[in-house]
Amino acid sequence: MPPTPTVSPTTPAEVSQALSLHGYLPDDGLATAVFLTLALKRPLLLEGEAGVGKTEVAKVLSRWTGGELIRLQCYEGINAAQAVYDWDYSRQLLHLRAAEASGEARGVGTGALEEQLYNERFLLKRALLQAIDHRGEIPPVLLIDEIDRADDEFEAYLLEMLSDYQITIPELGKFTTTRPPIVVLTSNRTRDVHDALKRRCLYHWVEHPDFEREVKIVRMRVPNVIEPLARQVAAAVEVMRGLNMYKPPGVAETIDWAQALAALGVTELDEATVESTLGTVLKYREDQERARQQGIAGMVKQAFERSTQQP
Amino acid sequence: MSNVVGVSPAERMAVTFARVLRGAGLLVPIGNVLMFVEALGRVGIDQRDHVYWAARSTLVHRPEDVGIFDRAFGVFWEHARMRPIDDDPDTIKVTLATDEDDDDDDADGSGQANDDPTLTLRFSPTEVLRNKDFGAYDDAELILAQQMMSRLKFAGPPRRSFRFRPAQTGSRPDLRATLRSAISAGGEPIRRFWQEPGERMRRLVLLLDVSGSMEPYARAMLRFVHAAVAGRQRVEAFSLGTRLTRVTRELNSRDPDLALRQASQRVQDWSGGTRLGECLRAFNDEWGVRGLARGAIVVILSDGWDRGDPAVLGEQMQRLQRITYDLIWVNPLKVSPGYAPLARGMAAALPYVDHFVEGHSLAAMEELANVISGVSARRS
Repeated sequence: MPPTPTVSPTTPAEVSQALSLHGYLPDDGLATAVFLTLALKRPLLLEGEAGVGKTEVAKVLSRWTGGELIRLQCYEGINAAQAVYDWDYSRQLLHLRAAEASGEARGVGTGALEEQLYNERFLLKRALLQAIDHRGEIPPVLLIDEIDRADDEFEAYLLEMLSDYQITIPELGKFTTTRPPIVVLTSNRTRDVHDALKRRCLYHWVEHPDFEREVKIVRMRVPNVIEPLARQVAAAVEVMRGLNMYKPPGVAETIDWAQALAALGVTELDEATVESTLGTVLKYREDQERARQQGIAGMVKQAFERSTQQP
Repeated sequence: MSNVVGVSPAERMAVTFARVLRGAGLLVPIGNVLMFVEALGRVGIDQRDHVYWAARSTLVHRPEDVGIFDRAFGVFWEHARMRPIDDDPDTIKVTLATDEDDDDDDADGSGQANDDPTLTLRFSPTEVLRNKDFGAYDDAELILAQQMMSRLKFAGPPRRSFRFRPAQTGSRPDLRATLRSAISAGGEPIRRFWQEPGERMRRLVLLLDVSGSMEPYARAMLRFVHAAVAGRQRVEAFSLGTRLTRVTRELNSRDPDLALRQASQRVQDWSGGTRLGECLRAFNDEWGVRGLARGAIVVILSDGWDRGDPAVLGEQMQRLQRITYDLIWVNPLKVSPGYAPLARGMAAALPYVDHFVEGHSLAAMEELANVISGVSARRS
């Protein structure tokens, strides 16, 4: 599919369709949130359990719009030098030594020397600056992943940047853009994201997909899994989610599992296969034990019954 | 408002609904109402689904508010459908029923606790306020205690940060500073600068048992919790009872009276029964294991009376201990002569506790503050 220069859907349904075409099946709520993100040019804040496909939203937006995906993975202690820009000090030092060696340094004043050093060619552009300073026609998609891991100070900086899409570098001046990036922030809720930041954003809590949608997702992401198996896998995962697990399997796990089964050449779930592939869906020993206590055979039976029900 | 010319139906709808939401207790800043108006301009105001999702993505910012939002929206939409939206929004009155905690009867919890012989021994006869048992405080003494507690300092051992700070010597050169000085030296980096990893405070997480058996202590301890929350960054506070309630925001106010009032209102299960195991499980699932308690110092203030299955409590304590830096259990009953952790819950939890301390008096709380500040090397 050739990238369209700019996407401007007129209804949430159009968004839903376009995302599906590019490999992501959103529910109505997410489609509306994405639609509004594009229409109102606001950042989109996605929260939800791990593995429900938050990060994937940014990726599919990038595929759809054709905009470059710029990803900023947050972590504790992340600062401007890692997220916005830094100077290439080693090269600056080399330049300085060279200037000195050639006698040039003595000829020019300190001011001129500084000007040479703080030039864009010694500037290392990190994710946020890249997103503002893109030169392309199509606005990039900026993914700020796991914002809850960053510190408050960084959030405050982000807030400033997201409100006017402008970055100031003291030595160089302002960077700004007429085509602001599409911004997607994700959070796992290990702490509350600051209210001020939330206020700027559209917010969507990403849920586990319902059964029929999950089947479609599996079929789409793992094309070599046949329909009945996809239904059984989705049904079994649904059963597991009801078992009060420490980490209920997300869509990511469902896809992993389906891939594992496909790789093993399985065409139908049975107790032995589930037992041997349990580690791809349930990542805690306690959760696996809980599943075993409940009885894997029973679970498979339940999944079979569920999988044959029509929507 | 209905007479104002130029107010579009979308604006009217947005303002009215925002008012309904505020009435239901949600925080709805005006900026988000404007965003909602804009959103309505894109999706229209005729289809329920469109309006619902537009409202939700612009006005709701926490999953726990979705329940209230849904009910408010249901009532609002029904109302808007019955009466055209351009009526005076001031006349709309919505009452929302809150969730009743009907799955528990509180008499039972305290009754069980009072049957125990150790509980009668908890009174400490010393007249000095510092050593006076919280259970025997009167109101004036509580206020005095509050002042004393607000002077407690919590530090705790720092951990390594990803952020670097300047240092005298070190293994990592600070090129930025070196370059800066080289420019003024005509290009020769004569002075070298160094940097080293910075340090950060560890998060402190306080879990306060507010069940019936803790009644004499919980209100005093809440003041301790407030002192900790208001005096330090990176503190989180929760109450445990029949359910888990996060009270960090409520306790954030510097004004102790306001903070305590807010927290008391937020906590709906004061003096009810206790389901420690399940509350801890909720804490682990929703907050702790996700990251809130990772590498943190976690303090549980509880007498260990648990109406639930002790096996659940043990399991959750084990889970919690695996991710925390230090796990401290404060039990106000520990001081009682001849105290043994008879409470089944306490017995189940004890193997996973790093520090087991008293919590019946101000002196004990000072001691606790010292324990928190001086948490030494990580358990082996």
